[in-house]
Amino acid sequence: MDAVDVTNLRKSYDGVEAVRGIDFDIRAGEVFGLLGPNGAGKTTTLEILVGHRTRDAGEVRVLGSDPQRADRSWRGRIGVVPQSGELFPNLTVREHLELFAGYYEEPRSPHDVLRLVGLDQKADARTRTLSGGQKRRLDLGVALIGDPELIFLDEPTTGFDPSARRAAWETIRSLRSLGKTVLLTTHYIEEAQQLADRVAVLRRGEIVASGTPADLIARAPATVIRYRLNGEEVSFQTEDPTRALHELTGEALRDGFNLEALEVHRATLEDVYLELTEEEPQ
Amino acid sequence: MFFHQLRAEQKLFWRSRELAFFTFLLPILFFLLLGSAYGDEEIDGVNGYTYLLAGMLGYGAASTTFAGLALLLVIRRESGVLKRLRTTPLSSPTYISAVLASIILIFMLEAAILVALGRIAFDVPLPESILSLVIVLLLGAGSFAALGIALAALIRSAEGSSAVVNALYLPISFISGAFFSQDAFPEVLRVVGEILPLSHLIVLCRDVMIHGDRVWNQLDDVAVVVVWGVAGLIVALRRFRWEPRER
Repeated sequence: MDAVDVTNLRKSYDGVEAVRGIDFDIRAGEVFGLLGPNGAGKTTTLEILVGHRTRDAGEVRVLGSDPQRADRSWRGRIGVVPQSGELFPNLTVREHLELFAGYYEEPRSPHDVLRLVGLDQKADARTRTLSGGQKRRLDLGVALIGDPELIFLDEPTTGFDPSARRAAWETIRSLRSLGKTVLLTTHYIEEAQQLADRVAVLRRGEIVASGTPADLIARAPATVIRYRLNGEEVSFQTEDPTRALHELTGEALRDGFNLEALEVHRATLEDVYLELTEEEPQ
Repeated sequence: MFFHQLRAEQKLFWRSRELAFFTFLLPILFFLLLGSAYGDEEIDGVNGYTYLLAGMLGYGAASTTFAGLALLLVIRRESGVLKRLRTTPLSSPTYISAVLASIILIFMLEAAILVALGRIAFDVPLPESILSLVIVLLLGAGSFAALGIALAALIRSAEGSSAVVNALYLPISFISGAFFSQDAFPEVLRVVGEILPLSHLIVLCRDVMIHGDRVWNQLDDVAVVVVWGVAGLIVALRRFRWEPRER
């Protein structure tokens, strides 16, 4: 059975459609990425799935239940890391985990969760003394303490420096190896590529592409050639890189100009993403 | 799970020093200060210390269960903690009842300290009917807690919340005669005070502490406190939100 099943989901705020009829499913045990720029409808979708918001239309099943009518035992099977929000500044890291553990039937031990999120050195620090990245790890720890089957991560690494982001990715990978299902929203292409088994790209409330990262890249067969000429960045896509490169370099040699920083690469997920989410000129 | 949450609420209250100072300690300090200043005079024809103690019990109810609870809930809502608790199996009735029990417990402790201080420092006799005093205090705490939740629901952001709360409960305490006799007040203030629940709670405390009355003989004052509490409860049930205001 799918962990999440969404059919024709719609949601408007004050007449503005934030989510315009999207469909996707998440299989048990996979990491699913909802990728898209800010304002694409990612958080709205996630908040409907965890039961914070009601939908205007469509069908939603999360762990077999409708989140709008879900009960306490259902909430015991999910874990949520919200995009923003504080915890209790005057409780320590360990006290948070002990407090939240008390809400669940069969919680994980706070000791294990401290290690899993890498806060064992900070267990007795008050939350207000933690750095932004440490607070974010505590957010994750609090979401994991109930040993949920399905974990929702809303932009888990926004604002992280590169090394903190890589550490967070390791933690999220370890969730998959524990057999958890993960829904991850992100606007970082690399994050989706690194972590997600499958991705849906959202743009203005609609899914414009979905599949494995490799599928999406394969849909853009082009090769990208990029160089600088007199300080101007030039790039183009081609179906026939051998010929294009031959012509370009031949021309450069003949006319005696220099192709600075010349590079040739297969289209990446980033190229696909930028093309998919490109805004039309207003 | 109720006691798990109640323990956590106690820890949270005592660790937030500012909240604990303003809502718990301040009434005790005021009692000591005002008592030293003019407790040995007669106020409205009765012993000044006893008169003040009754006022401070009412003021304590307003500051702890009304102001303190409202601030605590607004801060938790706007910081996103309430929303996060909603994604856990902790049920809303369990949570709310633990928060209420915690704040009422804190107020009752404060009241016990006030009464004990009155006895030790100023020789204020214990009321004839301690049961009546306990009932009056619980009644006041329950009513003001409902009003506190209602106020939290009406405050829209954390930024101005302490200003709004202070601008309400301090003048209310003053008008209701918590610090001074209302006799010297202009007519209009006395009328306003008469409408507010705190003046009736303070009158109940004075009746029980000074005149040895029983709470069940003062049902008109009880009714005013209860009506305000019910009104607060209705607003709380209709308007209370778990989510912070949209950014």
